[in-house]
Amino acid sequence: MSATTAAGAAASAERSRRPVPPEIRRRRMLLTVANHSVAIALSIAFLLPFVFIVATSLMTNQQALSPNIWPHPFVWSNYKTVFEAFPFVRYTLNTVTYAGLATVGVLLSCVPVAYALSRLQWRGRQAAFLLVLSTLMLPPQVTIVPLYVVFVRLGWIGSLKPLIIPLFFGDAFTIFLLRQFFLTIPQELSDAARVDGASELQILLRVIVPLAKPALAAVALFQFLYSWNDFFSPLLYAGNNPDSWTLAVALQQFTTLSRGVLWNLQMAASLLFMLPVIVIFFFAQKVFVEGVTLTGVKG
Amino acid sequence: MATVAERDVASERARAAERRRRRRRSARRRQLVALAFMSPWIIGFSAFYVYPMLASLYFSFTKYDILSQPEWVGLANYRFMFTSDPLFWVAIRNTLWIMVILVPLQVLFGIATATVLTRVKRGLPFYRTVFFLPTMVPLVAAALGFIYILNPAGPVNRILGLLHLPEPLWFVDPRWTKPGLTLIGLWGIGQVMIIFLASLLDVPRQLYEAADLEGARPWQTFRHVTLPMISPVIFFSVLIGMIQGFQYFTQAFVISKAGDQDHEVGFPQDSLLFYSSRLYQQGFEGFHMGYAAALSWVMFVVIMVATLLLIRSSRRWVHYQGGFR
Repeated sequence: MSATTAAGAAASAERSRRPVPPEIRRRRMLLTVANHSVAIALSIAFLLPFVFIVATSLMTNQQALSPNIWPHPFVWSNYKTVFEAFPFVRYTLNTVTYAGLATVGVLLSCVPVAYALSRLQWRGRQAAFLLVLSTLMLPPQVTIVPLYVVFVRLGWIGSLKPLIIPLFFGDAFTIFLLRQFFLTIPQELSDAARVDGASELQILLRVIVPLAKPALAAVALFQFLYSWNDFFSPLLYAGNNPDSWTLAVALQQFTTLSRGVLWNLQMAASLLFMLPVIVIFFFAQKVFVEGVTLTGVKG
Repeated sequence: MATVAERDVASERARAAERRRRRRRSARRRQLVALAFMSPWIIGFSAFYVYPMLASLYFSFTKYDILSQPEWVGLANYRFMFTSDPLFWVAIRNTLWIMVILVPLQVLFGIATATVLTRVKRGLPFYRTVFFLPTMVPLVAAALGFIYILNPAGPVNRILGLLHLPEPLWFVDPRWTKPGLTLIGLWGIGQVMIIFLASLLDVPRQLYEAADLEGARPWQTFRHVTLPMISPVIFFSVLIGMIQGFQYFTQAFVISKAGDQDHEVGFPQDSLLFYSSRLYQQGFEGFHMGYAAALSWVMFVVIMVATLLLIRSSRRWVHYQGGFR
């Protein structure tokens, strides 16, 4: 992608050296204005929902239910009230526990698997990789009924265990991404280490993992955010026990908690819920843009 | 893949039998090492895929409520699903709406926004960030935000009122729930857009220059240059869209239950009852585990068959540069 852009830049630089007739320059200028107008209009459309959500989170509840679009007065204390109106801290801790442990589990379990699927020669490797790919396509709903029964028998329903423990046994998406990255590391590095008498585990930990840090950071980020946002699984496995609710489940249940819809508080809580994600996004934008491209195009 | 050490061994005039034995031993060792590395996945795959798939096949032929033992009923669940369960077909129709209307709209909008991004030279990072931002919003928060924004007295209707346009009841009126979902879906277009953006920027410039020289109109250029070049990404989006259609749950569930948790899944009037909603309702609200298992097996079979059909049809309309990757 960068190669094409560079080639394009070079081509346009070459073109700009020639004098441009005023007619064409005017037409180009008009085109630029038109393109930017469309882009700005789209930007407003994409940002407007955020504006409405922020505005509502600063209203009194009467205002939120009235046709007013702009808060008057600004009720900054809504953000404090959220913490008093329901156990926001507890739900945040649950969410962090789920997302944090899920990330640890995925990294621990997927790194060796991806290593075996990309840098070891063994019988059955291709078949195993195809199986990983096929599970990548399966929605969780396909296996959920028997798993629920198992978790009932184990007494795990109402806790976060059914969400976390399976992730210590591999995750198709992470395995796939890491394998793709491991394949790009030159084989000579492993061979050299092997000649030096390093075991495969040592090669993985001392050669591959240090080189794969960006990829590891990316999959860790993806898993953390996936778990942070996840709704279906926490609802299913922990929905019956408010002590185990994650923020996603708690927000959905907010109307029950507050015995009625308090839109201002609901919006304030939603904003607090999405804030960490958005902050992470601004700091790690490249990871998301490149990660999506990697999974999408090179798959 | 012979290592230097192995080559040394081979160059020695060691006895053939000894050599073969050693090679077999090292191959076996390599196999064991690989399996050790694979072990987390082997356990996970057996426990969370193989066992559940088999168990769910068995459950699908039973009547089972977890509390008592499963009771064999043969094909009754499947017969009920296809002939007597009216909500099954409602859920199928709504899910088809996602695959046939919503996903193509998202793909079109994704291509359109990506095209806009390829045309602005300055400010691209800014616009890209803005267009992608909504994708980062957790689905529950996005759904709650839109429930408020589209509430009958909410900001969108206020604006529509000022413009003297009709003010629909959105998520309260079964005829307007799907346009509402469409708005949420188009808002969160970021992933699709980024993939198309990368693919559009990958189209070799020479192709456009050649089309330009031959006097092609913009539409012709798009149809005969751009479209074939981005067809792999369209294929990918359609495939993922189909699978996501079966999974579609969160937005619909949150919207149905907003305002009153006692509303049934799919409220209002089952207009938001999708395939996964029906599965959830049957399995985890009604504890008809046998029927829910049958629903999940039908889902599995349909996804497998549809994927194979899509891949087969793709040979006709997807253009791969330099063969299948």
